[in-house]
Amino acid sequence: MVKPQAHRIVDMPNRAVDARKPGVGASARTGATHCPYCALQCGMTVAPAGEGADGATVTISPRDDVAAGHGGPSTEGPAGGGLCQKGWTAGDLLTTAGRLTTPLLRDERGAPLRAVGWGAALSRVTAEIQRVQARYGRNAVAVFGGGGLTNEKAYQLGKFARVALRTANIDYNGRFCMSSAAAAADRAFGLDRGLPFPLEDVAAAEVVFLAGANVAETMPPFLRHLRDPAGTRTLIVADPRRTPTAAPAGIHLQLTPGTDLALANGLLHLALVEGLADEAYIAARTSGFAAVRDHVLARYWPERVERITGVPVPALREAVRALAAARTAIILTGRGAEQHATGTDTVTAFINLALALGLPGRPGSGYGALTGQGNGQGGREHGQKADQLPGYRRIDDPAARAHVAAVWGVDPADLPGPGRSATELLAAAGTPGGPRALLLFGSNPVISAPGGVADALDRLDFLAAADFVDSETARRADVLLPVTQWAEEAGTMTNLEGRVRLRRRCVDPPPGVRTDLEVLAELAGRLGAAGFSADPAAVFDELARASAGGIADYAGMSHARIDADWGLFWPCPDAAHPGTPRPFTDRFAHPDGRARFTVAGHRGPAESPDTGYPLYLTTGRQLAQYQSGAQTRRVADLLKTAPGPYAEIHPDLAARHDVADGTPVRLTTRRGTITVPARLTSAIRADTVFVPFHWPGAGRANTLTNPALDPVSRMPEFKVCAVHLERAGPPGTSEAPGPADHDARNPATHDPAEVRGGAGEAA
Amino acid sequence: MTARVPRRIVVVGNGMAGARTVEEIVRQAPGGTTVTVFGAEPFRPYNRILLSDVLAGAADPGHIHLHDEAWYARHGVDARNGVTVTGIDTARREVRSDDGAVIGYDALVLATGSAPVVPPLRGLDTTALPARVVPFRTLADCHAIIDAAAAPPPSPVVASAGRRVEPERRDGEGVAGPLHERGPAGAGRAVVLGGGLLGVEAARGLARRGLRVDLIHLAGHLMERQLDDAAGAMLADTLTGLGVTTRTSAHAAAVHHDDAGFTAVELADGTHVEAGLLVLACGVRPDVALARAAGLAVEHGVVVDDRLRSVTDPHVYAVGDCAQASGTVYGLVAPAWEQAAVLAAHLTGTDPAARYHGSRLVTRLKAGGVDLAAMGETHTLHGDPTTRPCTADAAATANGAADGTATGSVNGAADAAGLNAADTRTAEIPTAGAAEVLSFTDPARGTYKKLVIRDGRLTGAILLGELGTAGAVTQLFDRGDPVPADRLTLLFGPARGDTPVPAASPALMPGDAQVCRCNDVTKRAITTAWAAGARDPAAVSAATRATTGCGSCLNTVEGLLTWLNDQDPATASAEERREPTSPAPAGERQEEPASTGTAGSGQETPVAVSIEGARS
Repeated sequence: MVKPQAHRIVDMPNRAVDARKPGVGASARTGATHCPYCALQCGMTVAPAGEGADGATVTISPRDDVAAGHGGPSTEGPAGGGLCQKGWTAGDLLTTAGRLTTPLLRDERGAPLRAVGWGAALSRVTAEIQRVQARYGRNAVAVFGGGGLTNEKAYQLGKFARVALRTANIDYNGRFCMSSAAAAADRAFGLDRGLPFPLEDVAAAEVVFLAGANVAETMPPFLRHLRDPAGTRTLIVADPRRTPTAAPAGIHLQLTPGTDLALANGLLHLALVEGLADEAYIAARTSGFAAVRDHVLARYWPERVERITGVPVPALREAVRALAAARTAIILTGRGAEQHATGTDTVTAFINLALALGLPGRPGSGYGALTGQGNGQGGREHGQKADQLPGYRRIDDPAARAHVAAVWGVDPADLPGPGRSATELLAAAGTPGGPRALLLFGSNPVISAPGGVADALDRLDFLAAADFVDSETARRADVLLPVTQWAEEAGTMTNLEGRVRLRRRCVDPPPGVRTDLEVLAELAGRLGAAGFSADPAAVFDELARASAGGIADYAGMSHARIDADWGLFWPCPDAAHPGTPRPFTDRFAHPDGRARFTVAGHRGPAESPDTGYPLYLTTGRQLAQYQSGAQTRRVADLLKTAPGPYAEIHPDLAARHDVADGTPVRLTTRRGTITVPARLTSAIRADTVFVPFHWPGAGRANTLTNPALDPVSRMPEFKVCAVHLERAGPPGTSEAPGPADHDARNPATHDPAEVRGGAGEAA
Repeated sequence: MTARVPRRIVVVGNGMAGARTVEEIVRQAPGGTTVTVFGAEPFRPYNRILLSDVLAGAADPGHIHLHDEAWYARHGVDARNGVTVTGIDTARREVRSDDGAVIGYDALVLATGSAPVVPPLRGLDTTALPARVVPFRTLADCHAIIDAAAAPPPSPVVASAGRRVEPERRDGEGVAGPLHERGPAGAGRAVVLGGGLLGVEAARGLARRGLRVDLIHLAGHLMERQLDDAAGAMLADTLTGLGVTTRTSAHAAAVHHDDAGFTAVELADGTHVEAGLLVLACGVRPDVALARAAGLAVEHGVVVDDRLRSVTDPHVYAVGDCAQASGTVYGLVAPAWEQAAVLAAHLTGTDPAARYHGSRLVTRLKAGGVDLAAMGETHTLHGDPTTRPCTADAAATANGAADGTATGSVNGAADAAGLNAADTRTAEIPTAGAAEVLSFTDPARGTYKKLVIRDGRLTGAILLGELGTAGAVTQLFDRGDPVPADRLTLLFGPARGDTPVPAASPALMPGDAQVCRCNDVTKRAITTAWAAGARDPAAVSAATRATTGCGSCLNTVEGLLTWLNDQDPATASAEERREPTSPAPAGERQEEPASTGTAGSGQETPVAVSIEGARS
């Protein structure tokens, strides 16, 4: 039967969402857990607050903890925890008015969602899976996960896809987040752990270089590690905007969007010319230096880099001299450097710089990537990526397949191979040969993915979503499964340091809500697959076995050990192993023990401004919102602080368009148009527009962004594209965007020397 | 429908333009294309831009190469370095080389570059230069200069007729070791003939090697093509401090040498400038002999259309210094690379619509201790309705280029006579309005800045001595984007705008100023908490969550508390409770919780306070 192609109804039936705040106070108990948001995973205490007028609530307070202070057994320096506004108000999520408490089901396309029992909902999901797979094959059912899922869920989701569904098509939203950094680190070091050192090394480093990272807004308590009471630390920030992170920095390299790679190569050129390279380290611990040296010396002389990046040569010199002069220096990349169609190479260029200066693996120094999502690290280690099996193993590695298949009790030959990456998976939805049914866990790609994801999802035969709120994506589902959230469940999260921490159940979930693990176990059983536990500790033990011998080896960990210690760093291969805070001290993870330099040439953004779209668009985050906003837009305090989307523009640009603070502006790219109020600030370049991406509808930034993908990591180019700006509303200054598709404005600013083709999935 | 793509591409010349063209072609080429490149120099191709660094000892000559054998092998390029093409048969579409080979082509790319001008001076045989007289163009030249600079000085110095010149001893910033009377170990003294960009870079490089340098220049000031006279004079002053003596309006008349080589340059006024090394930086001339012999249209360079194709032979293209594109022979790397991209798009069929419409030229001096950027119209005065050309003096050809076929060099490449690239280019910038000229001079620090703006667009600039805004200025010039309303930011860097500005006193903070960004806590919320009894940071933190995020507002909170506690507690509390948001009487933006009696005294205590992101 062919379903009508009408748009799905996205209205929620009133009775489907529990309008009463679920009472949790009576069932809450004081417990030590972690913030549900970013990868810093700040420790917090959740305590019952008693009955209030609208039901019971919890109170949250920060606890002395590694994430925001210097907690733990090896503490040095000031302790004391911290939380940003998101953390303080996280308790509101437990009583949010939009909480899903009963499964919802749509009888057919176009029909309204109605409340049903779990049995009916899961029967429908099972039937649709079987129908689609019978008709289109196993790969026609896809799974989409998230970097906020616990390790146990991420692991179980990957196992579910490979064993219960036997589909190759599973990927997750971390593809939009960490994939470029992961691919580059894997290529350079043979191992991808966001920070291959504990936060206390950041706190002690004399120089910290943040490339495209705005920690003051994305993970504010991180700044506690950058305190500089003695005035001896130099903070260097590379960012097109003078963000709250960049403003107080000693050196701010305010580069042109999309030129991060040239900046890194230019710094390396200067380091080499000024004799700042650590020749002994290069000889002893690395390979591939000569090719990179020649490439960078011959092509990235500072005056050329200045012209490409807009960063003056004196600032380049100052930055590289500060890095080289420090006894301990750390280079960190964030999404600003990574979310490009050249993201993997951009990170590689920063790693090359770090290697030339002898930083990685040296005590107190190094290179690291600042993981974004709460479990963005663990979420990329245990098999919810298209090319990966647990333990950060490659799914096309026969030995890895044999090991994991043995743990799972299946024939290695029955394991599927690599599947499509996130952007490609979603783009293929409902197309011939693409997925016909999608199971979605812990993600909201209608907001977070580039381009018109909603249309792609509407092409599907069937969409099921497990979530605790009706996100923009969940609302389009045929079956919506209400699941638990952070303080209602147990599990482990691997924070930005690679430290595995225990999320504790402090609150009983509302009646009618199940955990993701319970949902997966039940569905697996209905599909005839055995061996899916719903107990987080048991699933973790299985994960530990599956990861044994892999890169991200959790074999020696258990919930009990993690609970007793202050978290454990992987690799931790056996129960007696203390964990590995600094994995590169003696050797890197490549077979020869050396880190690899890789030539990375600047090619510029996939789309540069031209006469029709004359400005740069860049996107990013607000302090009081998180990711797609599905959670934080429901918290009143956060909404008060950050009430909606906006376009940050320079007063000069505003004046040219007769735009005042608050005037609605229409932003148009080759992908689409949004309308948001202007916010005037001289902290942004006059040729650049910034829009936060947390917002839906007419303010959805990713309606504009460019889905051009990195050839290695498959990361979309969120951070730069060409945009046309005009005043919206009152007449006077509107002019239609022109086409002008050809305008090779700066043909000399890319570097074709060493362009590699798509090498497949490296992370 | 893509244009037909040539299968056999031959590139003549493996310098900056040729090597880049090869790179661009192999990046985009479809399968089946063969690329052969000839390089007359016996080296792997190298980055000529970096020769000034090599000369100055700042770059290792072994590390400036563009491609190696492995790269050629990986990309299937037949590289014939050290082989000179001796003839082109355009009818048979073949080239002959000095190794006897004959090779056919479907597309021929001429990237023959340019050759240094050797001025016809008395005593200088342009076909056989005396020892220690070296032009500055190639890596081999660079090695010869370095060798001569390091060799023992000729001894005894043959006294020439006329006055002997004893340059004053200078402090040499950046020189390794003290300057000795005859230099550390080398030639001791050097003369650089020609004060264009390359001559200045050579002079600075030699000074950095410990030589005392005389820089002889025909025009009235250095780099007259790129600089106005004020900047040229200040550049000379800066060089003086680095050990370079500049002689402007100086006409070289003869070169003296003995059996051991160069001994002195004789000026028209009879002055003898003695030295152990003479570097010729008298400009370059496009190397078009092959093209001319092949019957191609050649004016100052090989005449090409906007696809870089010869106007007389559709199978022949030209890029870089030897090409005359958009009516201009450029002499810089950036235009050559831009041309290479357009040409490769055609030769590989990836973008048949690509066109080359000329380049904007930005001159950057690569000389340690001398920071200089110049672009566009730089001689223009405020109010000039049209671009002001160089003065007659300044437009004079470079020292010694008496045959009038070459002008002062621009960064090691060619400019043909009468085609001042920069002037040609700036003429294309739409400039209807009168010039708005901003300038700033700080002679003590050697800083000179000048901006020329027309119709809100930057059409010219000089930045000398302090280049903090060079990136922004260059990008505005490159793109023609509107200049900032606040012109000062282009001279002195961006205003600190919305960044935290230390308030002179907590009293001056507006009530809605955000003190704690992480938890969105305003000054008003903190004064309210204080009024409710919070007297220390912990109490304020407990009441408002201020300081609990990144913690960086702790100083501000402490400052506020100090200020509040300094007030009469009783009065202050009452005041706060009464109306914490009411405007204070002492000033529009002041908010004073204390009674008016303390105004003007209690707020004198300096307290570190910052206002972050205050927005209504």
